[in-house]
Amino acid sequence: MRNLLIFITKYNAFFLFIIFEVASLIVYVKYNSFQKASFINSANGITGGLYARVSEFNSYLTLRDENENLARENARLRSQLKSSFYIDTATRHKVADTNYKQQYEYIVARVINNSINRSYNYLTINRGSLQGVAKGMGVICNLGIVGKVMYVSPHFAVVQSLLHKDSKFSAMLADTKEIGNVEWGDDLNPHKGVLKDVSNNAVPRLGEAVVTSGYSLFPEGIAIGKISNLHTKAGGYALNMEVALAVDFSKLQYVDVVENKFGQEQEGVEAQQKKDE
Amino acid sequence: MSRTIIINLLRFVIVVFIQVFLLKNIGLYDMPSPYFYILFILLLPFNVPNLLLFVLAFILGLTIDAFYDTPGLNAAASVLLAFVRILFISITVQKEGFDNEPEPTLGIMGFRWFFTYAAILTVIHHFFLFNLEAFSLSQFESTISRVLLSSLFTVFLILISGLLFFKRKERK
Repeated sequence: MRNLLIFITKYNAFFLFIIFEVASLIVYVKYNSFQKASFINSANGITGGLYARVSEFNSYLTLRDENENLARENARLRSQLKSSFYIDTATRHKVADTNYKQQYEYIVARVINNSINRSYNYLTINRGSLQGVAKGMGVICNLGIVGKVMYVSPHFAVVQSLLHKDSKFSAMLADTKEIGNVEWGDDLNPHKGVLKDVSNNAVPRLGEAVVTSGYSLFPEGIAIGKISNLHTKAGGYALNMEVALAVDFSKLQYVDVVENKFGQEQEGVEAQQKKDE
Repeated sequence: MSRTIIINLLRFVIVVFIQVFLLKNIGLYDMPSPYFYILFILLLPFNVPNLLLFVLAFILGLTIDAFYDTPGLNAAASVLLAFVRILFISITVQKEGFDNEPEPTLGIMGFRWFFTYAAILTVIHHFFLFNLEAFSLSQFESTISRVLLSSLFTVFLILISGLLFFKRKERK
């Protein structure tokens, strides 16, 4: 016993090392399963608050780009106004329309923390559960899709970006409506994604737009990117192709969180079907 | 003694600020940013007790993790760094010299010793950090290139900071 104590004190550095290393590895393995929101992330009060302040300063530096983007979007929206169309028909019937019910609503948020150069990238946004953000909602910006909400605190939320090894979104080719899945490429390039699992019958074109399919968190037809290379390594029974992403993740400033009003209902009925099987 | 504590506290805060608000935003093409915060552990005094050294390394790692959203990752790498530091110092520095040389800075220890010290510890820290983050050997080559480029950048910053606060005190 005494010899053991002497042994331990003589090599105390090694034993302390083992203890602390095991402790940090436990934290790493336990909290990086991304299911449980832990307090060691950028959505807590202190880190979130600091990030918010710094990002406020940073947003001044990119005002010009932001303005240009907004102006471009304004122009696009204005071109869709009724007043910018020439009316062909002479008479118009006015119908009280009860067919349409709002399905998607958007919550505007500012990105206060962002990373693009690691294997698992996240954004922090300055809207949380108090503003109606909930886990699992989709996030888009004016150029295309951004990611999916992972953790929510009252004032902040952490978004798993499309640039994340585990990200996978349902997508389709805009012209032929062939369904596939978009993931991030293997080489950690923030401008490249991969469209996988497209049926062998599809005839994709170089430069064809890839958009959301409406099977997931997003409304149908939101841009993801353009096909930039048809000959990536084959996936056996399905086609794989490289996608140049529409969003420049390094310049994200404002994003919209998509709230699907019927999302819960759809999930509920699908869960019912799984239970019955 | 209290002066040492205040200096190290300040250094902790400054290093975390530089890491989180400046270096986190730097990307060299697709390469990751440097991890300059390990300077705090490198510059702790020689006579710091082992237990305190590990506790400080753990806390520093967790603080960085809180901003990087990677709980435990940087903590594990810093703890390894603290252990390698103990080994390296016990091999290269005589115990009797501790009174004359309070801290392993560039000015006190000389360029050659400090460069070896910084380079070896940085490479080990980065190697562990990036491999733990990737958690697979399938992209081993790209991980290694990330480790080397990032280490190069980190060592460069550490040497610059050493020259900025250069105080010449030759070893007796």
